[in-house]
Amino acid sequence: MNPFKKKRHYPEFWETYETTFGKRLSERLEEVRFVVLDTETTGFDYDNDRILSIGALTILNNTIAVDQTFEVYLEQHFYHAANVEIHGILRDEAQERITELEALQRFLCYVGNAVIVAHHTAFDITMINRALKRHGLPKLRNKLIDTAVLYKRTLIQSPLLQQKEHYTLDELADKFDISKRDRHTALGDAYITALAFLKILGKINGKKDLTLKRLLR
Amino acid sequence: MKNTISERVADFLKDFPPFNELHEKDLEKLSTEISIVYKEKDSLVFQEEEVPHTCFYVVHKGAVLLRKRPDKTIVDLCDEGDIFGLRPLMANENYKMEAVAYEESILYAIPINAFKPLTQTYEEVGNFLIESFASNTRNPYANRHQGNLYGEKENRNTEAHPMLFDLQPIAYSKKIVSCSPETDIKSIARKMTKKKVGAMLVVERQLPVGIITDKDLRNKIATGLFPITAPASSIMSSPVITYPKKMTIAQTQMAMMKSNISHLCLTQDGTPNTEAVGILSKHDLMLELGNNPAVLLKAIKRVRKIKKLKPIRFRVTQLLKGYLDQNIPLTLILKIISELNDASAKQVILLALKKMDAPPPVKFAWLAMGSQGRSEQLLHTDQDNAIIFEDVPQERLSETKDYFLNLARLVTEGLRDIGYDYCPAEMMASNPHWCLSLTEWKDRVLHWIVNPGPDEVLLSSIFFDYNLTYGDRTLVEQLTQHIFASTGKYPIFFLHLASGALQSPSPTGFFRQFLVEEDGAHKDFFDLKRRALMPLVDAARVLVLSHQIKSINSTAERFEKLAELEPKQREFFLSCSYAVKALLKFRTKQGLLHNDSGRFIALDRLNKEEKMKLKRTFKTIRELQELVRVRFQVSNLLG
Repeated sequence: MNPFKKKRHYPEFWETYETTFGKRLSERLEEVRFVVLDTETTGFDYDNDRILSIGALTILNNTIAVDQTFEVYLEQHFYHAANVEIHGILRDEAQERITELEALQRFLCYVGNAVIVAHHTAFDITMINRALKRHGLPKLRNKLIDTAVLYKRTLIQSPLLQQKEHYTLDELADKFDISKRDRHTALGDAYITALAFLKILGKINGKKDLTLKRLLR
Repeated sequence: MKNTISERVADFLKDFPPFNELHEKDLEKLSTEISIVYKEKDSLVFQEEEVPHTCFYVVHKGAVLLRKRPDKTIVDLCDEGDIFGLRPLMANENYKMEAVAYEESILYAIPINAFKPLTQTYEEVGNFLIESFASNTRNPYANRHQGNLYGEKENRNTEAHPMLFDLQPIAYSKKIVSCSPETDIKSIARKMTKKKVGAMLVVERQLPVGIITDKDLRNKIATGLFPITAPASSIMSSPVITYPKKMTIAQTQMAMMKSNISHLCLTQDGTPNTEAVGILSKHDLMLELGNNPAVLLKAIKRVRKIKKLKPIRFRVTQLLKGYLDQNIPLTLILKIISELNDASAKQVILLALKKMDAPPPVKFAWLAMGSQGRSEQLLHTDQDNAIIFEDVPQERLSETKDYFLNLARLVTEGLRDIGYDYCPAEMMASNPHWCLSLTEWKDRVLHWIVNPGPDEVLLSSIFFDYNLTYGDRTLVEQLTQHIFASTGKYPIFFLHLASGALQSPSPTGFFRQFLVEEDGAHKDFFDLKRRALMPLVDAARVLVLSHQIKSINSTAERFEKLAELEPKQREFFLSCSYAVKALLKFRTKQGLLHNDSGRFIALDRLNKEEKMKLKRTFKTIRELQELVRVRFQVSNLLG
């Protein structure tokens, strides 16, 4: 802490988000709230690219409630034509759009102190943190789980199997027989990630004794 | 509000009754209110006598088993699109059976409060429910307790020999539920519900005069044709078609087909002029037929969609269970089951070939490796397979390979869908290393034989049990020729293969206690496959290959062949063959008990006799390993 700097005042929604961390997370996995997240962006440059949409859903005790999902589309000021093809989010498409700040506000309210799960967490989280920074806010405080990393725990150690450095969401979907419909929409990808996450958990938690601490390790 | 996920849910539900009746708007709305539940294999959805949940379930992926106490008999296997757990919610009673995930499953949980209004707005939805509640005859896997006219069964011949199946007498219910022609329909329906039967016999002066089935109630009452106060005589089918009580399965089939009816009334002398002694339903017949390998084989061959194989595979497992219970010799069981497994795999390949845009550019052979290649796969385990395709000019090699890789991807996916997990080490034809031209295979195999490092020995021990599942036999024979020619030139390979066969860890410790796994997911379990079966399998392979025999793949048969080739060791090899069979049977029983591969055994769940049985085979294993060690002079290698 810098003693010369007075504690900054953050908007109320951030304070509300912060207070959710006052409560400790349960160690029992069936009581832990996981928020599975995916963002669609205009590109992969943290400085110049922006978030197009955020999709998220909640897993509680292996269950996803469809009416408790999160999906927002953000107003855009500039567009890379190249990216539109992947995500299919057209600039003038009739989707309700909200400002970046509004989106962040709603997201923080949704996520609370949940454990965030994403495929290649670093990318989505950095994108959100950069957006937070643009509005003078600190970084996300949530615990993170990366399905790309977690997946490796399910692989057998065998001299005959070449492990890859990175596994894409498509590879996971193929491996676990998850339909790739709605791929490249934020909530669609979040759903695929969520199913992959549940299936990975099923595999590495054979004896039902996995704690949150050991999962996060 | 609808979102990407609810759209996906709606898109799935719209293909299944009763949801196919709903208007898009209502289905959309319903879909936003559901929850998606992930269930690990063997986990409970609900228990018998549990207070009903606020929602019922539709299977999206996987399968759910409904079981009933006291002996956990299987009532139904719910597959994709099937509904379960609804009746207790409608009737406001506790669950009457338990629901367990038969495999890893994804369920849609539909809140009853959101669904109930729809049963009133849509007549079709209401009818669907009435129908499915009234008749239990929908599902073909039901066990004997369901759909019988009466709970108890007599005259059951459990020792039915599969070969003479059609001429076996068929079992029927002796206790008949009956009423008089004057009885009103409401009390008939009540009685049928109470007795859990699908048909009621109408009797006058002890002679059968008519029959009322679920179908009559549906067609004549639910449609409003007759009120529920009408007498039985107004809706019964009359006269009753009667048959003598000694019917064979074939006769029953013919009789039902001839008159297009689902229930036969059996009387003392076969005419309506004597007392009724029993009733035979189509369902009884289905159950008898379901246990027949010939029927299953036909069903497999008739399948046009890979997914449809799954329920048949479930019946194969039930058949296997029945065989083991009846103590049918394992050699026979192995033959029948591996025949059915083989047929399923073949069917998957055939269907995959149809999906391809073009016919195969050249001849090819689909090989099963590992336990499937040895025809020792009773339960579903992992898939290990490979493709050999005919040699093509160098410039066409890569496109040809691409074709077969694509084919292999379809087949391995299909096999996965019907219950064979992907090989964790990716030894599958969809892996470019296992999809090669004949020449490439020859080179690869030669490389293993000339440079037998630990990996090469492991690979060859898996590969050398290959067996043709589908395709061109001459390709396989050419490869086999090549293997023997090469091993002839490099006999040192057998020494390495033999030393590989001795690498399996010992089953027992110094004090003859079982050695269990020390860490990992199966800590404290006994690894039956690695510590007991593999030593036998590996030894049989090296011994039989050193005799230049490739046509026999089954381990038990390999030992029998060895007994024939080496008369001096005859007794010993026969005891090895016996040990293999005993262990396989043991593993299969354990696997069926726990719905897994049976590989890892919890020792504390075994009784003394079972442990003794296991230990007896271990003595044989030790002696066999000694024989291999001496014969191939493995000590030279290990120093």
